[in-house]
Amino acid sequence: MESFELKRSKDSVNSDQSAHWSSFPDEVLERVLSRLKSHRDRSSASLVCKDWYHAERWSRTNVFIGNCYSVSQEIVVRRFSRIRSVTLKGKPRFSDFNLVPENWGANIHAWLVVFAAKYPFLEELRLKRMAINDQSLEFLAVSFPNFKALSLLSCDGFSTNGLAAIATHCKNLTELDIQENDIDDIGGSWLSCFPESFTSLEVLNFANLTSDINFDALEKLVGRCKSMRVLKLNRSVSLEQLQRLLVNAPRLAELGTGSFSQELIVREYEELESALSNCKNMHTLSGLWDAKGIYLPALYPACTHLTFLNLSYAALQSLELAKLLPHRRRLKHLWVLDTVEDKGLEAVGLNCPLLEELRVFPADPFDDEIVHGVTDAGFVAVSFGCPRLHYVLYFCRQMTNAAVATIVQNCPDFTHFRLCIMNPGQPDHLTNEPMDEAFGAVVKTCTKLQRLSVSGRLTDRTFEYIGRYAKNLETLSVAFAGSSDWGMQCVLGGCPKLRKLEIRDCPFGNAALLSGLEKYESMRSLWMSACNVTMNGCRLLAREMPRLNIEVMKEDGSDDSQADKVYVYRSIAGPRRDAPRSVLTL
Amino acid sequence: MEGRVAYENDLNLKATELRLGLPGTHEEQQAVSSRVGNNKRPNDESDDQNETAPPPKAQIVGWPPIRSYRKNNYQPKKTESDGGGIYIKLSMDGAPYLRKIDLKVYSGYPELLKAVENMFKFNIGEYSEREGYKGSDYAPTYEDKDGDWMLVGDVPWGMFITSCKRLRIMKGSEARGLGCGV
Repeated sequence: MESFELKRSKDSVNSDQSAHWSSFPDEVLERVLSRLKSHRDRSSASLVCKDWYHAERWSRTNVFIGNCYSVSQEIVVRRFSRIRSVTLKGKPRFSDFNLVPENWGANIHAWLVVFAAKYPFLEELRLKRMAINDQSLEFLAVSFPNFKALSLLSCDGFSTNGLAAIATHCKNLTELDIQENDIDDIGGSWLSCFPESFTSLEVLNFANLTSDINFDALEKLVGRCKSMRVLKLNRSVSLEQLQRLLVNAPRLAELGTGSFSQELIVREYEELESALSNCKNMHTLSGLWDAKGIYLPALYPACTHLTFLNLSYAALQSLELAKLLPHRRRLKHLWVLDTVEDKGLEAVGLNCPLLEELRVFPADPFDDEIVHGVTDAGFVAVSFGCPRLHYVLYFCRQMTNAAVATIVQNCPDFTHFRLCIMNPGQPDHLTNEPMDEAFGAVVKTCTKLQRLSVSGRLTDRTFEYIGRYAKNLETLSVAFAGSSDWGMQCVLGGCPKLRKLEIRDCPFGNAALLSGLEKYESMRSLWMSACNVTMNGCRLLAREMPRLNIEVMKEDGSDDSQADKVYVYRSIAGPRRDAPRSVLTL
Repeated sequence: MEGRVAYENDLNLKATELRLGLPGTHEEQQAVSSRVGNNKRPNDESDDQNETAPPPKAQIVGWPPIRSYRKNNYQPKKTESDGGGIYIKLSMDGAPYLRKIDLKVYSGYPELLKAVENMFKFNIGEYSEREGYKGSDYAPTYEDKDGDWMLVGDVPWGMFITSCKRLRIMKGSEARGLGCGV
């Protein structure tokens, strides 16, 4: 949405030159521009001149709104008239960790009402961190006759009744993707709401739901949807039921199993293995709740072409992982639990030369006394065997500067480096020094770095490094780090491509906040919580930068002058009117 | 290793209390201090004071940064092995080889002693506080944390399984000496 302000100034400049540019008939220009898929390319194209701006907006069918409050519904529908697909993101990312009050906002309903009027042919809606209730889902289901794809990620406020409405009314539905939501799971009868005549579903993901589903309805649904390519079941589906489903869906490209630990007799095991091996197109596998090593071999024949294996719900031990991996040399993406320990990660390094993404989640994140999990050694082992690694999310209990330096030397192409040393403010466990040099090595070596999450004991030095070297950094997450305002100032003064900055529990105050005055308009948002920012600092920022929305959320019982949680974002829609009382808009 | 209370160091009256219950129920369940926010984990962690661990930390909201759906979905089956079993060596005077048993599978002394009797095919006799094991040539003993050889049955079951390092069935005159006013 950066193009709006710039467009106004460009109009006057380009009116003479427009004769030169418009030697293309509009239709041709629109045709050409309609090939552009990337939002950034389209934004750039729209800035060239008035004609291109119009051609772009008439040819755009897919709109991406990274912050639902940065623009109003009216502005969107006025600019784009032919939208078929909308992606909307709402709450700040820290709402995933319970840091944002529950009724903060990001409600989809007002958007749906406007879309129903202006985009009656809307086909796709993809929401992330939005609030959506059952009435909205029902409204959606009946207002858009061509509706095809619904994807809800990290949303909240709805129940399975809402899903029932979608199933009942959306005759052309191809995709129903319900991921990681805070959903009120009343029961699985929503699946039986798909009519007998309904056969178009290609993507069905209900892995997030906890209750038992109507298996009979599911089996019939899968049986008649011959184009189904993505099926992600929830934990209540047993191995035996999985086998029955697979027999009818051998063309699945992505499978999320249910619980993987039923007691099977030999014949049942063989049937499962056979059904799995018939899935010759399968490239993504997830689910595997409660998986025990003993049943994993059933997966081997199915997995010859596997590129994405998500074991983050299966508490595998290192030996079990080590036995599973030699069959999976084509793996590009691997998610595991830290129950596999360093030995398991050694096996990853030995067997997965093509690995590009690794995520290691903690099995027991809140137990301080756990001595297991992964350490620096595991990460180093992976880096030696997987030079193409560029995305990592790593939860561990100890790390060293030397290890990280080795890791980035082995894997210099990191684009996403998210390291979480789980004990806040923990130093290098060998030298007892801060982890500054580790992240210094990351930003110096990984020139393509787009996203960075830091942890451990960090002084301002880390942020000096980041500001100085992280030229492509777009997203930075900081917690329990830094020594003074100077740290945050370094980041705001450097990092030319910074778009999202989220900070919690750091000693950054008003001076740091205000040093980013010019920067915030080029960013999507800033989050600061449990820092040293005061109400006066926020008011000053609000006064200086009228085109920023400054929202302050207060904690119960905190000092009146403290700004406990601050959310700053650019917007052309002005301050929002739907904020609850706990959120102050300055 | 986890969750041990330092019985031998404190005058811990609670430890000598005779109690019924499964092994492990002696662990104190202290509430984690100031748990702020709606953390949806089903069971509180026991924050026992351990010689090496610092005092229990307050639970920090939203840290580590794990999404709630992931916290809710993953429920480790703690009933499986790994952290559960307390395996100790069991020897019997005169037997050619030792055995290993898991103390955690027994709920109390009677069960343990019965299993031991079955393993080595002998009879232990009846326990009394005053006279030890009467009516048999054998006495079950164990080596505790301090390296002393103790008669099995004197202390509460829960205390026993945490302090027992190995079991030995003593035979003959050595056995008869135990439990008599020692």
